[in-house]
Amino acid sequence: MRRNLRRFFRNPLTWPALVVLLALVVAAVFAPQLATHQPNRQDFLAILQPPSAEHWLGTDELGRDIYTRVLYGARISVTVALLAVGLGGLTGVLIGLFAGFFGGATDNVLMRIIDVLLAFPGILLAILIASTMGAGLTSIIVAVAAYSVPTFARIMRSSVLAVKSREFVEAARAAGSRNFNIMVRHIFLNSFTPVLVYATLLMGSAILTAAALSFLGVGINPPTAEWGAMISAGRSFMRQAPHIILGPGVAIFLTVLSFNILGDALRDTLDPKR
Amino acid sequence: MYSYIANRLLYAVFVVLGVLTLVFLAMHLTPGDPVDMLIPAEGGGGGSRELAAQLRARYGLDQPLYVQYVKYVTNAFQLDLGNSIRTGRPVLEDLKRLYPATFELTVASLLVATILGAGAGILAALKRNGIVDNIVMTLALMGVSLPGFLLGLLLMLVFALQLGWLPPSGRVGGFGWDGIRHLILPATTLGVAAAAIIARLVRSAMLDVLSEDYVRTARAKGLSERIVVLRHALKNALIPIVTVLGLEFGGLLSGAIIAETIFAWPGLGRYLISGITGKDFPTVQGAVIAISATFVLVNLVVDLIYTALDPRVQYQ
Repeated sequence: MRRNLRRFFRNPLTWPALVVLLALVVAAVFAPQLATHQPNRQDFLAILQPPSAEHWLGTDELGRDIYTRVLYGARISVTVALLAVGLGGLTGVLIGLFAGFFGGATDNVLMRIIDVLLAFPGILLAILIASTMGAGLTSIIVAVAAYSVPTFARIMRSSVLAVKSREFVEAARAAGSRNFNIMVRHIFLNSFTPVLVYATLLMGSAILTAAALSFLGVGINPPTAEWGAMISAGRSFMRQAPHIILGPGVAIFLTVLSFNILGDALRDTLDPKR
Repeated sequence: MYSYIANRLLYAVFVVLGVLTLVFLAMHLTPGDPVDMLIPAEGGGGGSRELAAQLRARYGLDQPLYVQYVKYVTNAFQLDLGNSIRTGRPVLEDLKRLYPATFELTVASLLVATILGAGAGILAALKRNGIVDNIVMTLALMGVSLPGFLLGLLLMLVFALQLGWLPPSGRVGGFGWDGIRHLILPATTLGVAAAAIIARLVRSAMLDVLSEDYVRTARAKGLSERIVVLRHALKNALIPIVTVLGLEFGGLLSGAIIAETIFAWPGLGRYLISGITGKDFPTVQGAVIAISATFVLVNLVVDLIYTALDPRVQYQ
């Protein structure tokens, strides 16, 4: 464990990534205390103002403070990243675990359903789900979760297939352990590493997908402060005021970059063969 | 081999049917229908209620769901995808008109991704742990972390609106200079993230192959580095690269939705989004079938390319 931690922190980018993510969590939790203005307060005397001492990241097309809205936007991104990856991970892991463990008809049926979901390329499934459920945080979470289920299921299934023929599983079976016990205590715990690595990498991707859904108009609706929606609303004014898309854009970029750095570092630590 | 292809094609039909079923249920089981979008229920009076009922009857929306489903699937197998409820045009005609634009954009972005990604990945592997490797891998990490829509807007801001070098939107079509100028920004927007993924994968595939005995033997024979890399290493690293290209094609096909929205590219993505927001069932179903069928077929083609790349791969 200590060796793994040392290897994890040996990556020079790990610390900066952790600092950025810590700042993201602090911003999300303490947004009301850290904000300099109300997130939805419009000031028509101060529209499209460049960054200044009064408005650190400038103002948008309705005179709202971009710094404040970026802070509040962090709440949505953190919520989506944690809940969507958690929900998608749980569903995918259960499907993969059952398919891999029981094999036969169970595996066939579950994996054919996964094949259908995989035939929805990229963001398409998320768009369909978000649009049919209607705009809002819940639909974004479900949409991003659904988009990640097939890959979680595939990863878990292949890990289970690799682990289930190992001696310790045979030994547990010979000792009279029940299926549920074997699945949870022996197979699940020994197949979890690739899932954990993928979940970390997916956090960044979940934030990107959520922002893209809002950008396309099927995610979070105005006036809620959400990074993708802020960029979408600001794009008509970016020629006069480029700062309008840069604030939320840099926030998305740094957050996703940090999750990707941590995911890579975790993979290098837990799966050094790759 | 032929029976393998026939089996895979049959399987592809079932997968696309599954996708269609899922989309059909998602669109029909959620509240509201296209007629609600065309004629608001509130405040329209008896006349508009009558008109809504007539429209529902015309498009079969008043029939039980299973009847609508069976009718749609039966017609779809005869290449009749119905008419758009908002425009009244046949969906198949719309797809014929819009699909080439999306396909052109996807292929162009795959080209950008392959040239940038494979080139950078090979360079990074050859200069392992050196400064070039570090720069390439840092850029690749940044590339996968940059939202496509932000990159698209920044490229438009700099190259179209500020410098005026390239057009900010629209499609001309064809392979003339004007057509290519219109294609550069959307294809780059779409291709950069895929290039970053390809660069990381090509580097790791090349590193695996470069440590193989046959590469050492090729070098020991005195072959030039160019021949060792291109003929011995790259050729053997192609299987994982082709796999990821196939997968990326699907991602690019759906990612085109964002590039098309930013650059007003008249393709399937914008058609799909407008269909979704207007709850235009036939439009959404038709566009999703076209996209997922392409994705499934590309994956089949990728599997078949394996046999050409590595004769040891045999399909039964």
